Parts: sequence; structure tokens; C-alpha cells
Amino acid sequence: MTGAPPDTQAKGIGARLARKEDARFLSGRGEFVADIRRPGMLDVAFVRAPVAHARIVDIEKPEGWESLVYTMADMAEVKPIVAASKLPGFQKSEQYPLAKDKVRFVGEMVAMCVAPSRARAEDLAEQVFVDYEDLPVVSDMHAAANGTAEGKLHEHWDSNVFLETQVDNKAGIADDVVSVRRQLSTSRQCQVPLEGRGVVCWWDHRLNRLEMTSAAQMPHINRTGLAECLGLDEGQVRVVSPDVGGGFGYKGILLPEEICCAWLAMKLDRPIRWIEDRNEHLSANANCREHAYDISVHVERSGRLAGIDCDAIVDSGAYSSYPFSACLEAAQIGSILPGPYKMDSYSCHTRSAATNKPPILPYRGVARTGVCFALEVMLDIAARELGIEPFELRERSLVGPDDMPYTNITNKLFDSGDYIACMHRAVEALDWSGWRARQAETNGRKRIGLGLATFCEQGAHGTSVYHGWGIPMVPGYEQCNARVTTDGILELQIGAHSHGQSMETTMAQVANTVLGIDPEQVRIMHGDTGGSPYSTGTWGSRNAVMSGGAVAAACEKLADRVRRLASHLMDVAADDLIFENGGVVSGDRSRSMTLADIAHTWYRAPQLLPDDVDPAGLGLVAGYKMRPDMGTFSYATHACAVEVDTVTGAVKLLDYAICEDGGVLLNPMVVEGQLLGGLAQGIGTALYEEIPFDDEAQPLASTLADYMVPGAAEMPHLTIEHMETPSPFSTFGQKGIGEGGAIAPPAAITNAVNDALGGLGAEIHSVPISPERVIAALEAAHESD
Amino acid sequence: MKAIDYRIERASDVAGAVEALQADPFAKPIAGGQSLGAMLNLRLAQPECVIDIVGLDALKGLRIESDEMVIGPLVTHARLEDGRYDDATGGMLAHVAAGIAYRAVRNSGTIGGSICHADPAADWIAATAALGATFDIQGPDGTRQVAARDFMTSAFETTLAEADVLTAIRVPALGDTARWSYRKFCRKTGEFALAIVSGVVDGQTGIERLVFSALDGAPVVIERAGLFDELAEPDARQVLLDDDALSISGHRRALHAGLLADVIADIRGTA
Ligand SMILES: Cc1cc2nc3c(=O)[nH]c(=O)nc-3n(C[C@H](O)[C@H](O)[C@H](O)COP(=O)(O)OP(=O)(O)OC[C@H]3O[C@@H](n4cnc5c(N)ncnc54)[C@H](O)[C@@H]3O)c2cc1C
Repeated sequence: MTGAPPDTQAKGIGARLARKEDARFLSGRGEFVADIRRPGMLDVAFVRAPVAHARIVDIEKPEGWESLVYTMADMAEVKPIVAASKLPGFQKSEQYPLAKDKVRFVGEMVAMCVAPSRARAEDLAEQVFVDYEDLPVVSDMHAAANGTAEGKLHEHWDSNVFLETQVDNKAGIADDVVSVRRQLSTSRQCQVPLEGRGVVCWWDHRLNRLEMTSAAQMPHINRTGLAECLGLDEGQVRVVSPDVGGGFGYKGILLPEEICCAWLAMKLDRPIRWIEDRNEHLSANANCREHAYDISVHVERSGRLAGIDCDAIVDSGAYSSYPFSACLEAAQIGSILPGPYKMDSYSCHTRSAATNKPPILPYRGVARTGVCFALEVMLDIAARELGIEPFELRERSLVGPDDMPYTNITNKLFDSGDYIACMHRAVEALDWSGWRARQAETNGRKRIGLGLATFCEQGAHGTSVYHGWGIPMVPGYEQCNARVTTDGILELQIGAHSHGQSMETTMAQVANTVLGIDPEQVRIMHGDTGGSPYSTGTWGSRNAVMSGGAVAAACEKLADRVRRLASHLMDVAADDLIFENGGVVSGDRSRSMTLADIAHTWYRAPQLLPDDVDPAGLGLVAGYKMRPDMGTFSYATHACAVEVDTVTGAVKLLDYAICEDGGVLLNPMVVEGQLLGGLAQGIGTALYEEIPFDDEAQPLASTLADYMVPGAAEMPHLTIEHMETPSPFSTFGQKGIGEGGAIAPPAAITNAVNDALGGLGAEIHSVPISPERVIAALEAAHESD
Repeated sequence: MKAIDYRIERASDVAGAVEALQADPFAKPIAGGQSLGAMLNLRLAQPECVIDIVGLDALKGLRIESDEMVIGPLVTHARLEDGRYDDATGGMLAHVAAGIAYRAVRNSGTIGGSICHADPAADWIAATAALGATFDIQGPDGTRQVAARDFMTSAFETTLAEADVLTAIRVPALGDTARWSYRKFCRKTGEFALAIVSGVVDGQTGIERLVFSALDGAPVVIERAGLFDELAEPDARQVLLDDDALSISGHRRALHAGLLADVIADIRGTA
């Protein structure tokens, strides 16, 4: 890994400061939902549907235990989860927290059982007898989208399609372009954070409100959704998200389990707990990524990209999840497929298909991983067809540094950067030409291949991007509640939450840059709707920019107030004061005062301040809005070398390089951590992770024995190069970069495998690239010979 | 998921364990718990009683006795991996052990548990068959011996009766000039194998043995003189791979074919 040696003095923006949260995490002292105990707490277990599509004829509660088993009939006052979109033609689903009338996927909850322990609750669940009348199962998204499926998910719908969209920016292209067309797909997989979902909730009689501790990325949004479904006013719900062991999008969703547990806590007036297990996680809840593309790219002989035509389907599963809605992925495909490329012509038709599978949920990168895979794999196929290196094609087609700021074919405003230089740095970091030489020497059983993938990651996108979707959540601005305590500690409360983003460290670094305060003296409080400003939470690579902007704004305002007090106490003009080392100094450095001294005076010795002092004090709320709010565009190129065993189909990663531009990095070490974690997940998508479903939509990977995630041994050697082109739109020039690591690996690795197999006429079109898929591709090539 | 409510009984000796198993038809012994633990939590095993045999010294330790190694069923994969014992297999035991799961699993998981669990992809099932081992089994009617190749009957099924305890694994010593090969294909580190092929050739005893494993059921053992010379011919390999006993096709056949080529090269010293 490259990068400047750590500067042990610097603690502000740009410093490789060790993470403040590590002390508790590395010594096992974090507090996660499952660590929480409440007196009198009961556990629940859910009865889940064993079939994918069936009418519920009857539910028989175990005799003598009826009072410990609940069905939707018992929860009549609870409203279903509705996450509609106002985009024209959207068909909305109603998801009752416990199935009502019929079940629509294997694992859907039918009844809730409560007992003093989870094991006992499971004993009860085993004795609940449900009589199902099978309905025709919709297991194939193509059949769902094309109207050829026999079954129908939602009776009142016209079809099995949530939403259909069409982007049409077609224009004339030259006759002699090279056009390539393929059908590509990404498999249904799981987010697999180390910690699953979990909830503990109870009714607080003193404050007359529901207290819910939940492993959540977006506690305010959860609160809004909960209040709506339960018929409470929002003040009667407090959601606290404690330490969270990874979210990746899955924890940004309001779960039916949360609604059930909240209802039961109110009903029984007892603390109620549900901790998701891996089986529930894999087979019923955390599903993502299933895309299918029929895509054509048109490239001029020179290697310049002229146009793209695409028809995409996303298997959205049975319901639209709150708050993002079932069309998030497919409609995003239409707008982001062109990636960082310039082109003359573009069209994209998308459908969000409803099937008898769990709802599809966002996962790190959301639709970007799929579109990057689709487009980048096509570009390499086109380059091979033209007989040029993949970077030559991209060099002629990427948006250039002189084009910035650039509005692309789908009206995205790119803020800054040099995408072509970034790509070349990744190519060099991998030693592309060295690998090409080695490749030429190996053409036996084991073949070497090289691949790369370029993408951009829009982060912190705001109102103008989201309001058009008409979904339950539209981001606007971000606020920070800041105060200095009597002893000079800076407390910052934000509405977003960290589930691994290191915000306790990076937000303290922002405060250090503005106020000169030591990060150790800064306390970040987040993940609690109790007193924090409303926030849409942590998603879409938005916190470095949005929470960072809000923290900076609050610190600036506090600085003003501190300056005025200090000016009086030190008898120095306010604009002659500099913030440094946890205090203020006069310009000529003759006088100084610590923040603790100033705070002490304000709170505990007001007699030292003038009578006309501004009584607003050392606490305030300040906000941040990015203008324009199209978001920041970070970008990267991933390049890799692989070895493919043509007998077994095994793919081995030989080397990997990433060059990335995240604008001004708040903490390069944290960014590298994000890249490493993202890369591991991207390798999972590329090579290992998949939940196959059979024709009856039964999930075939429901434990970690069947669902494979990469481990430490599967990580390749990695070289990281940073570029730092500031964004002109954010406070410090920082850009969102949390998801990128997981976006490009499926594309880069598939390109490398296809490069290795190219000489044999075989091509991979689906991830994960399992050994079976490699062998099948080789056999298909053999047959067509 | 959580296990059903069961009780744990600690056996004081092998006879006591057999007695406890006999007394309760739903009882199961537990060794390292690496397989049974998962079975319990998934409620695939619902015993009313679990007999803890981990304290039984008679089932521990490994030693060479005349011309064979006697391995206690409670010997862990990690112990076999580390190789700090008198070995009569030319390092094969350590090699096989090192390839099982992750170290954390190897620290607890035992050779006996692996054999009794009889997962079709279990390494010891394949390796003991390749080494021509025999197992000592103690039951209500006394002790008996079963050859490794006859022990497993189908996936997760063995000749063990309900109250039987595996008490020793006997591995014949390999001669000085013997050669062995153990090859498996796993999707990634720590996963069960999708294909296993192992070969052992011992000039001193004239034994030539080839084992295919990670099949639908028990491993297939082929043992005859001149086997590996025969298999130098590609056609002979195809005949072997197409044998109904293996019943492999598609990708699985391709994997076994690839491993077979490796094993032959290892054994014939042409790798
Ligand atoms: C993540 C993971 C990966 C793994 N990967 C591999 C792998 O790659 N290759 C491989 O071979 N194995 C693998 N295993 C299985 C591992 O080897 C287990 O250790 C082994 O299968 C069981 O051994 P144990 O001592 O834990 O037995 P237990 O789980 O305690 O028992 C297993 C079964 O054997 C019975 N039993 C145990 N001892 C006796 C006895 N002396 N007499 C009669 N019955 C007995 C028990 O009743 C039970 O039915 C893996 C396990 C895990 C968790």
C-alpha cells in the first residue's frame, strides 16, 4: 500500500489518525443490540413460510399456548408497510408485518411466538400449524417482466412489474461502428454484515414512548416508518442505534420484525427482543443484486464509444421495502449506466419485476455494481473485437479533465477529476505490461488474464436527485447539534450513524480543522433520535460531505461565539484571534486562552462577562446543504491479474490495484479501510456469493455452509493509489467514497477472466464466476467450434 | 436457531458411554462439537441427551504399535497437523489435517468425530480409506473391527449402531519407499471439498490404491496391482471416471479428472 508516512502531529482533515472507536472494538467492549439486556425481557421467534406462494387457509396455534402466539389477525390495528414511488405507473405493494391472506416468499413471517428464551420461542414456533393452499410460483424475473408467468404476486395489479422506465436519448451514430450485444447478469446474493439485524424494545411509561434499540443505519427514517405503521406520533418513538457491525444498505430498511416487536412490547408491556440468525438473514431478509441486462454497445473503429442500448430487468422480489422502494435499482440503472463516459446515443428500458422472492434491498454500491459490471464487461469485449487494449478504448471515451464540470447524457453534473490519468495510474500500479509479458508465456492448463474497470460514484446526492422519485424519503440538508461543555469538551450530535465508517474519528478531525481542538476532546453522539437533528441517515456515501459539512458549519458558528467571548476576556480584537491547540491565540501570540477557560467563564463565572453579553451561549444547531446538490463524483479504476485453471474452472486473483480519487480525504487510512472492505465484498460478488433459487423459488443457500463469503485467505495483494481532486461543491473538497470498493471488482475480475479465456473462445456473462460457470463457458466454446 | 432443550451427561469411561447411549435411544456422543454443534443449532439433530466423551483418556493419544499407527478418535485435526508424533504415513496425516477447514475448527474437531459424522466430503473418510485403515468399535456386545472402506454406507450413514463408540483408528505403516498423494478441490480456503482423489502405492506390501471421494455417498476405493501403470494411459482414466460406481458428470467429473491427473503424476513422480 502506498501513501505518505503518517504525520503524528497532524490531527485534522487529511491526517492518518488512528480510529477513536478502535479501543472498544478491538477489546471486545463495543455494545451491539445482542449485548443489551432488559429486566423481564422476552424473546420472539417467527413462524416463516416454507413455500413461496400460497394462500393461508388456516393457522392453528398450539393448544394451551394460544396467548403466546400472534398472527396478523391479532394485530389488526397495525398498518402495512407501503413504500410507494410517485413515478408514473408504479404499482404499490402492501406488506403486512405478518402475512395476511397469503405468503409471497419463502421465509415470509406468518406468526410470532414469544417466550423467555429464543429456544423456547422456537419450540412454540415448531408447534404452529399453518395450512397452505399452493399458488403458482413466479420464480423467474424474465417471465415476470414479460407477462408469461402463470402466477400473480399482487391481485390488484395489472402485471408482475412494479415499474417500467424508459430513457431515450437516441441519436444518429456512424454506420461503420462495431456493435456488440450480450446478455449479462448478476446473481441474487446477500449483504452478510458480520452482525445481522436485531431489535430490543420496550415502552417507557415515564416518557410515554416506545424505546427501540435497533441495528439501524437510518434511525430517524425507521422512527418515521414505525410511527406510521403503529399509529403513534413520532415523539412517542425513540430509536437508538448502538454499535452496528456493518450495514451495507441492509440496515437502512424498516423491517417487519421491528414493527412486530414494537407492537408486542406495547401489547405485553414487556421488553421484547429479536436477534436475526444467519438462516433468517440469508434466506428471508437480506437479499440484493439480482440484475439481468440485454445490452449493446456501439464503438467507432477508433475506439471511441458512440452509444449504448440496454434493456434491464431487476428481480425486485415480492414487496417494496421502506423507504427506498422496489424501483430504486432498476430506475437507477437507467440514469447511471452511462457511467463516466461521453457518448452520442443512449437508450435504456428497465423493469422492476415482482417475483416470489424476498424483497431486493440496497447493497453497497446499490445499482452501480450491476451497471459497472454490464458496461465495463461490454467495453472489454468491444476492445477485444477491435484488437486494442481496454485502456485504449476508455482513454478515447472517458470524460476528460478539460470537460469538467461536465453534464453527461443523462444530465448528471460531474464535479471534478481526471478520470483518464486515474485509469493510467491503476494500469501502471498493476504493472500491466509486465503481466502481458508473463501472459504470453503461459498458454497451457492455467491461463493468465488482465482486466480493468472504471466507474464513478455519485455520493451525497440531494433533493434535486431524489424528489423526482417520489419515495418516502427525500434528503435535503444535514444538521449538527454542537455544544461546548463546562470543561471545554466539544459535543457533536448528528442524526446520521456510523456502522463502520469511523465517523467518531473523521468528524472529530473536521472539528480539529475548524476549531483546533484535539480530537480526543471531541465527543460524537450519533444513532439516537432522542435529541439529534432529523437526518435521512447513513447511505449513498453521503456522510463525509453532509455530516462533515454540518459539523464544520456548527464549529464555524461556535468559533464565532467563542471568539466574541475571548475577545472580551483577552482584550484582543475578535478577528485577530486564531484557533489553535484547543484554544485561541492572539495574532501576535502574546496572549492565549484555552477553550476550557472560556467555557468555564461562560458557564460558571458569568460575572467576568459584560452585561450586554449575547446569551445564546456555547450550544447551537447549524446545518449544511450542498449547492448544487447533484452530489460529489468520486471515481476509480480497478485493475487485476487472474489465473484461470481451465481444467477445474478455478479462478485465482494474482494481483490487484486500485487508483481512486475521493477528493480531499478526511482520513486516508479510513478510506483505505473502506476500499479493502469494499474490495472483499466485490470479490464475493465476483467469485463466490450467490443464493440460487429453484423453480419453486426455494432458496438453496440458507446457511454459511452453502453461501460462500470470501475470507482473509481470498484477499489478493493490493496496491492503492490516491488522487485528490477537490470537489468544488463540498465544504473542504471532500467526496463520498464509501461504496466504491464494492462496485468495480465483479467487472474487473470478469474482464480478466474473459481475457484469460479469450484465446479459447470462451466468455463469462454472469457472476459469481463459479468453477461451474467457467467450465460451462469452455464447453460452450468447444461445442460452437 | 437454537438447539432444543437437551441434557449433557459426562461419561466416565467408554463402557459408561456405551451404557448411557444404550439407555437412551435419542442420545448422541459429542467430541469436538464442530459438526454436531451445527446440527444441534439447526435442529437437524434433536437428541434428548448428549454424552460428553471428551474427558475419556482411552480415546486420546496416538502411538505406533508394531506395524500400525493407533490413533485415538479424540485426537484433533490440529494435533495431526502439527506432526509432533511418531508418524508412519510419510507425512500424509499431517498434510490431510492441515487442509481441513480453518485452524479454529481444527483445534476442536477430531478425527473420530469426522469419521462418525460421515460427511461425503470429509477428509478423514477419504484419507483413512486410502491408507487402508481399520476402525475399532465398542458396543453393547463388545468390540469389533471394520475396514475404513466398509465403514461408511451412504451420506451421513455408517455401520455404527446406536450405542456404538469408535475407539481407535488403526493405520497400517507405510513402507520407506511408499508414495502417497492427496488432492482435493475446494471453492475456497476452509470449504468442504467438491472433489477428492487420493492414491497410495507401497512397494513393500505391493498395495496400489486409489480413492475417489466427495461423491454422493461413500468413497469409491479401487485396489489392484499395476493400477497406476494402467492409468498412465488416458483411455484407462476415462473408463475409470465413467464407472457407474462414481456416478459423476459435468463439472464434478471434470474436477475428479483434473485431480486424478495430478494424483497419477504425484504417484508416478512425473509431476
Ligand atoms: C467451518 C467448518 C469447515 C469444515 N471443513 C471441513 C473440511 O474441509 N474437511 C473435513 O473433513 N471436515 C470439515 N469440517 C468438519 C470437521 O472436520 C469436524 O471436526 C468433524 O466433522 C467432526 O468432528 P468433531 O470432533 O467436532 O465431532 P462432533 O461434532 O462432536 O461429532 C460429530 C458426529 O460424530 C459422532 N461422534 C463423535 N465422536 C464419536 C465417537 N468416538 N464414536 C461414535 N460417534 C462419535 C457424534 O455423535 C456426531 O454425530 C468443517 C467444520 C466446520 C465447522
